[in-house]
Amino acid sequence: MIISHPLLGPCDAQEFTYLGDARLIDRPDGMAAGAEAAFFDYAYLRDNPAGLHRELWFHEQGDRSWLVVTRNTVTHEITNVELARDVARNSGRSA
Amino acid sequence: MRYSGFRVIKEALTGHKGWTPAWRDPQPKPKYDILIIGGGGHGLATAYYLAKEFRQSNIAVIEKGWIGGGNVGRNTTIIRSNYMLDGNEPFYEFSLKLWEGLEQDFNYNAMVSQRGILNLIHSDAQRDAYIRRGNAMMLNGADAELLSAEQVRREYPFLNFNDARFPIKGGLAQRRGGTVRHDAVAWGYARGADSRGVDIIQNCEVTGFRIENGQCLGVETSRGFIGAGKVGVAVAGNSSRVMAQAGMRLPIESHVLQAFVSEGLKPVLPGVITFGAGHFYCSQSDKGGLVFGGDIDGYNSYAQRGNLAVVEDVIEGGMALFPGLGRVRLLRMWGGVMDMSMDGSPIIDRTHIDGLYFNGGWCYGGFKATPASGWCFAHLLTTDTPHPTAAAYRFDRFEKGRMIDEKGMGAQPNLH
Repeated sequence: MIISHPLLGPCDAQEFTYLGDARLIDRPDGMAAGAEAAFFDYAYLRDNPAGLHRELWFHEQGDRSWLVVTRNTVTHEITNVELARDVARNSGRSA
Repeated sequence: MRYSGFRVIKEALTGHKGWTPAWRDPQPKPKYDILIIGGGGHGLATAYYLAKEFRQSNIAVIEKGWIGGGNVGRNTTIIRSNYMLDGNEPFYEFSLKLWEGLEQDFNYNAMVSQRGILNLIHSDAQRDAYIRRGNAMMLNGADAELLSAEQVRREYPFLNFNDARFPIKGGLAQRRGGTVRHDAVAWGYARGADSRGVDIIQNCEVTGFRIENGQCLGVETSRGFIGAGKVGVAVAGNSSRVMAQAGMRLPIESHVLQAFVSEGLKPVLPGVITFGAGHFYCSQSDKGGLVFGGDIDGYNSYAQRGNLAVVEDVIEGGMALFPGLGRVRLLRMWGGVMDMSMDGSPIIDRTHIDGLYFNGGWCYGGFKATPASGWCFAHLLTTDTPHPTAAAYRFDRFEKGRMIDEKGMGAQPNLH
């Protein structure tokens, strides 16, 4: 698989380490009410779709950036690549 | 029809005109008492034991493609019970005992061959860990034997004993482990179930569940609605997809695992060997092909095929352990979709929906578990209580911190 890095261009997927579903960005608030159930959900449950899947890849052998890659789990086709930083900021995670 | 040597001779003398299909091709009935989704090894074994051991009737197995076309047709055929943890070892030892009597039990030649499995040791720390595992196995009634490097050399003289980085320092053998002809397992269970009245309905894909007031009443399929008193789901890599139709999210990710077979060779490898320092294990099939595999590709996939980087990694492991492999040509390679659970152990449990039961999360270890998985799932479906050897395989173990982390990896690719 070739991942088109937004800054570096096409890179072999072997340069990356895979983490999993991009929803792992949305870490629950540990101090909020219902945190225990939210963390169980966050840590263990997955949508695991057959089809388009947004997922986190870490460019370990490259610029060490985290990417959100949209990939089809049935065909392995990659349709979109974003910097995870941008995704997190757009969701209101930090300034 | 009962298969026997006498029958083969009789048919040979009468032009082989007496053989009948091994199972029927029935139309689905409007309602069954027990409906199994998934005509793979586990689903068919469940139906077989439901009918034979638990005396249930009015059972059907529905399968979206053809039976035995998923992971039971895509594995590397190894059986063993060399686990360590209490939640696992009694279950896998129960499974191995069922394998030992399987062919007589279902009257089908599954070519169960107890040629032994050998986990190689490459460091002192690994020897300590394997001694501990061997002791745990023996405490649970399994067999285990620690071999010195010299003993390993007598049985497997062609291995690379003096590798500078990973010398072979011995091995943990389980002599009762071995290989089975995988397709025959699916066919044998299907035939045994069918002959006891189970309807095996192929080309019948589940498209939804009919759930009212927290009770599962049946399934919508590509061949219409089928009512059911109880529904058991055993669909391996498609677990998340099927259970999503019942509104459930599972502690499972689907990953692709590749396997390989070489051209046929004369007998060279007497048993199953596993490399203790890399992703490689190997056995020789009865046709002579070296059957080997490694680890998951490491990303979510439903594709039943993987990427070349893992092929290279597996072959490198093979060459490090077994240099003669370099002279052999690769014949075929394929991938299967693994239902990787979050702690690496399976789930055989009821769901919060009455009448809906789940069997999955087998990771890459489902084949060896087939008989016990079927038996324990049949036990659960019949009695609503878990079988004693599968009592730890519950949905709530993640929430309650009772994980069965045999390898401490689960689905997490970068830990493999």
